[in-house]
Amino acid sequence: MMAEFGLAALWLAAALAALQLLAGSLSLKAGEESGQLAALVRPLAIVQGVLTGLSFAALLVLFVNTDLSVKLVAMNSHSAKPFIYKLSGAWGNHEGSMLLWVTVMAGAGGLIALFERRLPEPTMLATLAAQAFVGLGFYAFLLFSSNPFERLPSPAPKGLGLNPLLQDIGLAFHPPTLYLGYVGLSIAFSFAVGALLTRQVTPDFARAMRPWVLGAWIFLTIGITAGSYWAYYELGWGGWWFWDPVENASLMPWLAATALLHSVSVLAARDALRTWTIMLGVAAFSMSMVGTFLVRSGILTSVHAFAVDPERGSFILVLLAIYIGGALTLFALRAGTIAEGERFAVLSREGALVFNNVMLTAILAIVLVGTLYPLVTEAMGVKVSVGPPYFNPVGAIFALPMLAVMAIGPLLRWRRESFAAIRLPVLVLGLVTVAVLAIVMASSSGIGLLPLAGLALGVSVAVASVLPLRGRKLRRMPLSVWGMVLAHMGIGVAICGMASESAFSVERLVAAKAGDTVEVGPWQVRLVAVEPVAGPNWTALEGRMQARYDDGEPIELAPQARAFWTPPQQTSEAALLTRWNGQLYAVIGEQVHGDASADAPRWQLRLWWKPFVTLIWYGGLLIALGGALALVGRVLTELRRHAALRRIAERRQEQGR
Amino acid sequence: MTRVKWTVWLPLAVFAGFVALVALQLFRPAGREVESAMIGKPVPAFTLPPASADRPGLSPADLRDGKPKLLNVWASWCIPCAAEAPQLAALQRQGADIVSVAVRDTPDDVARFLARYGNPYSRIGADDLSQVQLGIGSSGVPETFVIDGQGIIRYQHIGDIREPDVAMLLGKLREAAR
Repeated sequence: MMAEFGLAALWLAAALAALQLLAGSLSLKAGEESGQLAALVRPLAIVQGVLTGLSFAALLVLFVNTDLSVKLVAMNSHSAKPFIYKLSGAWGNHEGSMLLWVTVMAGAGGLIALFERRLPEPTMLATLAAQAFVGLGFYAFLLFSSNPFERLPSPAPKGLGLNPLLQDIGLAFHPPTLYLGYVGLSIAFSFAVGALLTRQVTPDFARAMRPWVLGAWIFLTIGITAGSYWAYYELGWGGWWFWDPVENASLMPWLAATALLHSVSVLAARDALRTWTIMLGVAAFSMSMVGTFLVRSGILTSVHAFAVDPERGSFILVLLAIYIGGALTLFALRAGTIAEGERFAVLSREGALVFNNVMLTAILAIVLVGTLYPLVTEAMGVKVSVGPPYFNPVGAIFALPMLAVMAIGPLLRWRRESFAAIRLPVLVLGLVTVAVLAIVMASSSGIGLLPLAGLALGVSVAVASVLPLRGRKLRRMPLSVWGMVLAHMGIGVAICGMASESAFSVERLVAAKAGDTVEVGPWQVRLVAVEPVAGPNWTALEGRMQARYDDGEPIELAPQARAFWTPPQQTSEAALLTRWNGQLYAVIGEQVHGDASADAPRWQLRLWWKPFVTLIWYGGLLIALGGALALVGRVLTELRRHAALRRIAERRQEQGR
Repeated sequence: MTRVKWTVWLPLAVFAGFVALVALQLFRPAGREVESAMIGKPVPAFTLPPASADRPGLSPADLRDGKPKLLNVWASWCIPCAAEAPQLAALQRQGADIVSVAVRDTPDDVARFLARYGNPYSRIGADDLSQVQLGIGSSGVPETFVIDGQGIIRYQHIGDIREPDVAMLLGKLREAAR
C-alpha cells in the first residue's frame, strides 16, 4: 500500500509541475501577471513540494520496514541492517537518490513560492515556470526509467544488500550532501532563467538568489571535504586528492558556485556584473549536471564506477542538452538586451572580485579540459589518463595570482580605491610572504616551487583574512562579514595543509620482519607482530605496531590488509595516528616472497609522516562554517527587514484611519 | 557590437561540442575491454594438487609440453561456469586440450559439478587460496587463457564462453600453435 501511495504522490506532483509550467508560461505570454492562471502558480509549487515530501517519506517507511515486495528494497536492504543504514539505504542507490533530488528541488520551489516576495511578479512566474520545467525532466526520468516504488512479482525471501563496504557513516551521508549542493544550484539556475526571460537582472534578483547559492555552496564544500578525507583513509594510498573524474565532477560545480557567490554579491551590492552573474548561474548548474552525467553514465573510467548505466547516462544527457542548451540559447538571445550595469575602477573591490572570478573560471576550464581530454583522445583511438602533472602546475598558474588578490580584495572599497589607502596592509602581507619564504628555504632544502609558493601564500591569506576586522567594532559587525573572514581563513589554512603535505611528507617503503624498527620522520615504528584476524566476510593480516614520537611513549597501531572473497578483492585498512602537528599513516602490504635466506617472514610496510596534513580538512570545515555564518546572517537581516516593513505598513494603516 | 554578439554564442557552441563528443562516445559500440597485462608473459610458478580423484593436478611444466592449451579458471560455486560447460565440451570435441584451475573448492563439490555438467578437463588443479588465480591476472571466475606450447599466455577471455566464442578460441589455439 505504501509503495502505491508513494508512486501516486509522485505522479500527482509531476502533473502539478506540468500545470505549473503551463500556468506560468501562459500568463506570462498573455501579460496577465495578476490573472487567475497566475494566481495558481505559487500554490501549485507549494503543494508539489508537499507531495514529493510525502513520496520520499513513503520510501523511507518502506526501507525502515524492509518491505521486500518492493524491488528497490530487496535489492538494497536487509532486515538485519542497523537502523541508520536502513534509512540511508533509501538514498544509497540510483532510484532513491533521484527521488531525494526531486524532493529537495520541489521543496525548495515550495519555499520560494511561499516566502519570496521581493521580486516583480512576472520574474517570479518565470522562475517558478523554469523550475517546473527542470523538475518535469527529472519526474520523467524517475517515473519512466527508474521507478523507486516498483513491486516484485513475488516478494523476495531476503534482501541482497548487506555489503559491509558501504556500511560506513561517511558513505551514508557523503552523496546526499553533494546532492543538496547540486539541487541548490538548480534553484539558482531557475532564478537566472526567470530573470533572463523577463529582463529583470537587478540587485533584488541577486539578493533573492544569494541564499540558495550560499546554501548549495556550503553543502558542496562539506561534501568535497568529507569525500577527500574518505578517499584518504579508505583507499590506503596516502593521498587526499587524485584528480579522479568523480572528484573533478564535484570540484567543478564548487568552482562555478564560488565564482557565482562572489559575482552575486557584487550584483546585490553594486548593481554591476549582470550578464556575468547570469552566465555563472547557468554554468554552475551545468557543471552539476555534467558531473552527475559523467558519474552515472560510466563514460569515464573511475575508481568510483559503482553506479554505472549507459541507458541512464543517455537520459541525463538528453536532459542536459535540453536545459543547458536551452538556457545558453536564451542567454545568447537576451545578453545583448541587458545593460551592463554600474562601472568601476580597476583598483576597487569589484575589480578584485572580477579578477578572481576570471581566475576561478579559468581553473574550472582547466579541470574540465583535463577531465574530458581522455574522452577526446579516445574518440581518436588513443587511451590516456590525465593526472597531477597536468592539473597541479597548470591550475597553479591561475590559483596563485588568485590567492594574492584574495588577500587584498576584502580590504578595498567599492567602486574606487587609492593605492595609498592600502599601502600598509599590502606592505605587511608582502613582508609575511617574504618571511615565510625565507624561513622555509633556510630551514629545509629541496622543496618544490609549488609547495613553497603555497606555504607563503597560504600563511599570507590566513593573516590577511582577519585584516578586514581591523578598526571595526567587532560586536556590531554583520555576521556575513564574519562568514567571509572565516571562509577566507579556511582557504589559507587548507592551502597551508596541502603545501605542507606535499613539501614535508616523509615516506618509507620497507620490508620488515617482526621486531624490526623503522624510522619515518620523527617517529620510530616497531613492527611487533603480524597476526591473522577474521571479520564477517573477510580475513585480514593485521600488523601490530608500536610508534614512538621522539622517544616518547609508545602508541599502538594496527593496519590491516583485508581480503574479501565475494567478490575477491583486496583492501587496505590504513592506521592513522593524529597529532596536533600532523598524521602518521601506516599501511601493511603483502608478505615478501622469494628471499630464502631470511629466517623470519618479512612484510611490506608503507609508512608516511605527513606534517600538518589535517589542516586541509580543518580548512575545508572552516570554509563551510564561514558560509553557514554568512547564510544565517543574510537570512536574519532579511527577517528583520520583513518585520520592519510590516511595522511600517501597520503604522501607515493606523495613521490612515 | 558585432564582437559582443559573436561571443555570446560561444558558450552554446562549446556546450554543443561537449554534447556531440559524449554522445559519440556513449553510442559507439563498446570497444573498451582492458588488454590483459599478462599476455606475452609466462605462466607464474605454482604447483597445484589435484582437485578431483580421476585427474592429475597442474604445474607449469605440464604447460610446456609443446602443445597449446586452454587454461580454464572456474569453480563449482560459480553459476556462469555451469553455463559455459556445453561450450567447453564442444571445444574438447573439436580437439582442444583443456586444463583447469578450480578456485576455492572442495573435492566433493568438484565431483558433483563434473558429474552433472561433464568433465572436459585433462587436468584440474585445486587453487584453494586463489593464489594462482590472482597471479595469472584473473580477477573473477570463469576466465579462460590460451597458453602456447612454451607456457606463454597468448590470450585472456574474461567471463563465460558463449557459442560464438568457441570458433574464436579454436582460432586462437591454432595461432598459438604456429
